[in-house]
Amino acid sequence: MSIWIEACAADDIDEEDVMRFDHDGRTFAIYRSPDDEYFATDGLCTHERIHLADGLVMDDIIECPKHNGRFNYKTGQAKGAPVCVNLKTYPVKVEGGRVLLQVG
Amino acid sequence: MKAGMVIIGAGECGARAATELRSAGYAGPITLVGAESHLPYERPPLSKDAICEAEMPAPKTILDADSLKTLDIRHIGGNGVARIDRETRRIILADGTALPYGRLLLATGAAPRRLASAPESAHIAYLRSYDDALAIRARLAEGAHAAIIGGGFIGLELAASARKRGAAVTLIEAQPRILMRGVPAEIAAHVHAEHATNGVTLLTGQGIAAIETDDKGVRITLADDRMVAAELLIVGIGASPVTELAEAAGLAVDNGIAVDACLRSSDPHIFAAGDCCSFPFALYGGRRVRLEAWRNAQEQGVLAARNMLGATETHTSVPWFWSDQYGLSLYIAGLADEATTTIRRDIAPDAFILFHLAVDGRLVAASGIGPGNAVARDIRLAEMLIARGARPALDHLASAEVKLKTLLAA
Repeated sequence: MSIWIEACAADDIDEEDVMRFDHDGRTFAIYRSPDDEYFATDGLCTHERIHLADGLVMDDIIECPKHNGRFNYKTGQAKGAPVCVNLKTYPVKVEGGRVLLQVG
Repeated sequence: MKAGMVIIGAGECGARAATELRSAGYAGPITLVGAESHLPYERPPLSKDAICEAEMPAPKTILDADSLKTLDIRHIGGNGVARIDRETRRIILADGTALPYGRLLLATGAAPRRLASAPESAHIAYLRSYDDALAIRARLAEGAHAAIIGGGFIGLELAASARKRGAAVTLIEAQPRILMRGVPAEIAAHVHAEHATNGVTLLTGQGIAAIETDDKGVRITLADDRMVAAELLIVGIGASPVTELAEAAGLAVDNGIAVDACLRSSDPHIFAAGDCCSFPFALYGGRRVRLEAWRNAQEQGVLAARNMLGATETHTSVPWFWSDQYGLSLYIAGLADEATTTIRRDIAPDAFILFHLAVDGRLVAASGIGPGNAVARDIRLAEMLIARGARPALDHLASAEVKLKTLLAA
């Protein structure tokens, strides 16, 4: 299944930053990397279900705002305590200045 | 038995230390000794979800049975430590068992300060452990009346949780305002208003004349002769470092077990970390500081573990703390007590940060409050600025238009 959802405009997100995107009862986090690529993961931290979009992006890392759990947002990999479960990632593409997310 | 690494205290700090010993490549025996029978668990939920969720959640374990097995960490629960024998480098457990150590870590934490005027009663509670939370829950039925003595973080978080459970709450604070220690008045006022809006009766600047109990509850007579009756009284008037073992063993104690910047005690084979220790803090002029915070417990546990294996790393992290009450979260980074200037940044209509600067222009602390995690990211960035000893321009700090990240790059 290949459902692409339009999430936001490409320039809604600053470089090295993150934005929350809610769709159909689910919440995602969309990232723009320092080298201007886009990525998406589940929106909630796997530790205490905190919205990651309130966290800080540093290079490839998103840090949970509450307990500082860290993930590589490009791969979803959990980087150590208190987070031990990886984040699910989603394919992203940019078309005509819009960011599209494959959530199917 | 080969003397390995022994950790007394199986909370956040001890558990993190045990894990780090393995991560750092140590292959010998690791023993984690805890007085509680539970596996190591997280304490932050105890004043929040553990009280206000409809069903009592199970303890949120830091190290479950599988992890302990995988990491080959021996956890001894439900067995206190009777004493430390420094001559023979052994600890003696309450049941008489002796455990030899090569290096010993004291991660004994802090214990709630007792209210001298409060009698022993099933209607009077303190909060530190999961079992304490269970006891508090049991008396917080819908419509019950809870009195709380102490307007610090524990008292306020419990007040919010008790309201969520439908209990009536009266909070009594002896100081002229809540959160007197470590929280700016402007933020404390915001928290006070939120509690008032949520129906908590707040009595500040109010001493206690007497506390009486019977089989139904507690009667508190205030200094002005007013009476507060409740089924449950929770006392949250701070915590004291647990230093009895260290003192009995003759270790130096100074507002906590006195350690050096590498968390070594006055005995080179014994380290201390977390709430129970005081350390010289280079970031704040080398003065001796004791921190009671979740993240500090983790960081010092990890640091102590590395140094127990021969490293000589020093504590450099900026103190960081948070509190959740209702939908509000308060965050504090750094230590504000040497600050001479405070700058306010409004992030949203109901969210703001106060930056605290020392006389030489260094950013020394930042405190913020807002709904959800509205201020979390900027507090995190402030923490990074503090760590660097940054002297940011005041107008940049005041303007929400200036991203803090750009100040970090400067």
